[in-house]
Amino acid sequence: MAGEAGKEISKEELWGGGRSPSSVSYGKMMMWYFLVSDALTFGGLLIAYGVSRHEVIFPWPVGEQVFEGMPFLGGGYPLLYVALMTFILIISSVTMVLAVEAGHRNSKSGVIKWLGYTVVGGFFFLGSQAWEWSHFIHGSGGAFQIEEGLTVNATLGTPEKPGESIQMTLDQGSMVYFTSDFGHELEHAMEASHAEEDAHSHDAHAHDAHGAAETEEAHHVNAADLKPETLILNKYLPGKAFVTGSELDKIWHEKGEGTVRFGANLSTNEYGPQQYADFFFFVTGFHGFHVFSGVLINLIVFIMVVKGVFARRGHYEMVEKIGLYWHFVDLVWVFVFTFFYLV
Amino acid sequence: MERDDLIVNDQYSLDAHHSEEAGVKIRKKVVFVTLLLTAITVIEVFMGVLIKRADTAMWEATKWTFIVLTLVKAGYIVMSFMHLGDERKNFRNVILIPYAIFILYLIFIGLTEGIATLDARDFSEPLEQVAE
Repeated sequence: MAGEAGKEISKEELWGGGRSPSSVSYGKMMMWYFLVSDALTFGGLLIAYGVSRHEVIFPWPVGEQVFEGMPFLGGGYPLLYVALMTFILIISSVTMVLAVEAGHRNSKSGVIKWLGYTVVGGFFFLGSQAWEWSHFIHGSGGAFQIEEGLTVNATLGTPEKPGESIQMTLDQGSMVYFTSDFGHELEHAMEASHAEEDAHSHDAHAHDAHGAAETEEAHHVNAADLKPETLILNKYLPGKAFVTGSELDKIWHEKGEGTVRFGANLSTNEYGPQQYADFFFFVTGFHGFHVFSGVLINLIVFIMVVKGVFARRGHYEMVEKIGLYWHFVDLVWVFVFTFFYLV
Repeated sequence: MERDDLIVNDQYSLDAHHSEEAGVKIRKKVVFVTLLLTAITVIEVFMGVLIKRADTAMWEATKWTFIVLTLVKAGYIVMSFMHLGDERKNFRNVILIPYAIFILYLIFIGLTEGIATLDARDFSEPLEQVAE
């Protein structure tokens, strides 16, 4: 890049006062300082994630097993969607560099074009993140955590296509998964019995209401009576290992009351330790909030460019400043991608 | 209305202009960095999917490879896309050195505390899941 910063200037003149020794404008320098502090925030979050991960002795969820869904295609595509999101963000970062470059040539149409693409890329990323959150929150078919470590005779493959049988050791705190059909049945039965309990406690003294509840009860399947036919020991590696019959009973009886989990939110997490879900929502949410505000800022500057504010000013440094912020968002995602999904 | 970025520092902003020919060269570099970042991401995803997570030296090496590749990516984004490489050296150091010092200190604290917490835990007692 041409400009002041690339010029040979003597030390005496640089530091002699009356000018910026770094040859940067006030606004750009302050944007950098802000980004340094924001980067420390994200660094702190990721380091806290690492510390939590090592404090928890229960098995930590594996990125490529949790994130393997694709819109319209279903499961079985490990990390592909996250890679796509990363790619979208990198590309929108590239269009931003090109917008800055066009700004340095004072090309208004160039800035409009590339900044426009950047805004579109930002919306695409936000949409992808919304899908990913929704997928993560809904989960698969539910799971439960075993309280004690356990060695079982498992079968490799899927129930439809069973393979050889192996001895498999489950660590304490491992998650065991239902088939999604059974999970949904159980979830509905549990919801229904919760609703009934509520109804009973409300109408404990009202006998006529009690009669109505009893007739309704006949339609429901009792959650306690439901027994799974197959349990999957490693849900996120499709067709890896499952148990049926007596081995299933062994695991099912190890289950403590109230450990059945469906999906993930701030109070439950079917993928494993609760901290995993908490950090997922906080770190990707905080990053998503940055993307959201970045898109808004880009949009405002886009409108200013269209209105010719910077053409009148004679330079497009504002595009450079918001560009720094936008690249920073991309930079943070690169680290989140590594430390949340890969390592 | 007076604007300090126009009044005080307009010289730097106006001076950042470049010609059409210089623009062609800059765009070439942008394409190169784009391809590099994409290639690294693809490699990372392939490694993540293909290499099995286990207590092996292979997985340990993979993890460190991820971290190194991430730092390479970060370096290209900061130095090339954010043009920090084109800034004056004193400014580059003002941004990078304090950040490096603070983050290394944070990592040090994280490691120390994490190990201490793990050491302090009594494994003879039945385990409770933390923070539930």
